[in-house]
Amino acid sequence: MNLEVVIFGVMFVVALGCSLAMLFAPNAVHVALFLVGAQMALALAFLLQGAFFVAAIQIIVYAGAIMVLFLFVIMLLGIDLRESLIEPLTGQRGVALGLGAVLAVGLVFVGVQGADLAAGGGDGAAALTELNQGPGNVKALARALFSRYLLPFEVTSILLVVAMVGVMVLARRISAVENDRRAGVPAAEEEAA
Amino acid sequence: MPISYFLVLSALLFSVGVYGVLARQNAVLVLLSIELMLNAVNINLVAFSAFFGSEGVGGQVFALFVIAVAAAEVGVGLAIVILLFRNRQTVDVDEMSYMKW
Repeated sequence: MNLEVVIFGVMFVVALGCSLAMLFAPNAVHVALFLVGAQMALALAFLLQGAFFVAAIQIIVYAGAIMVLFLFVIMLLGIDLRESLIEPLTGQRGVALGLGAVLAVGLVFVGVQGADLAAGGGDGAAALTELNQGPGNVKALARALFSRYLLPFEVTSILLVVAMVGVMVLARRISAVENDRRAGVPAAEEEAA
Repeated sequence: MPISYFLVLSALLFSVGVYGVLARQNAVLVLLSIELMLNAVNINLVAFSAFFGSEGVGGQVFALFVIAVAAAEVGVGLAIVILLFRNRQTVDVDEMSYMKW
């Protein structure tokens, strides 16, 4: 049996198992940790396809930084915030399950059918060796990122700055004095009262 | 490896993420499910990138963009969740009906 297929099988089971466990874990911290597990498995999937740089970024940025932010907020809000299982919208869970299943069937169908769509492209393994010839993954990625995709790259950096400023404005705690000033109450009058 | 393996994995993960977004009530867990969906999209991008060989490196570039945008989205989303928690002492999305007509 091909080693690649075995690794893919293990990765598939871990990724799908972790994501399904995400749905049914009652504790928010466990959900976040299951997502980390799924992301580790997906990094393996990227490695299988020769995307070494994306795999490294997946682990460092996604499983590392972003998930730490999530865990931080979960801890900040209190880890004992369990979900109530009472449905305010009757049948919401059932409808969600049905729609999810329909989507899964449709997407799997497209995935299987669409594979012969580009039959000229060869299979993944051949494409992978092709990818690794020439400048190599990281160099090729850098060349594409800083030439052809330079504008989206710069736009993304602006987006990150805007998001950062927006988060600081959103999460700022407005002091009582500042609040009064905005509402038009003079601070001196407040003190006198 | 046939590309359809990766497409099927991506489709299943995306569907699980959609179910999570629709069925979860905790806003933080909704955001986590969105992360799962973004990850599924990344698998597709990288799979097609490998499928098209050296000319398809743009797929990996866009996977990087998706990760960067996800970081921004998580930052803003969690700030909104914290703000809601501060104002209403709950992160239940069913309770958030401020703007409901």
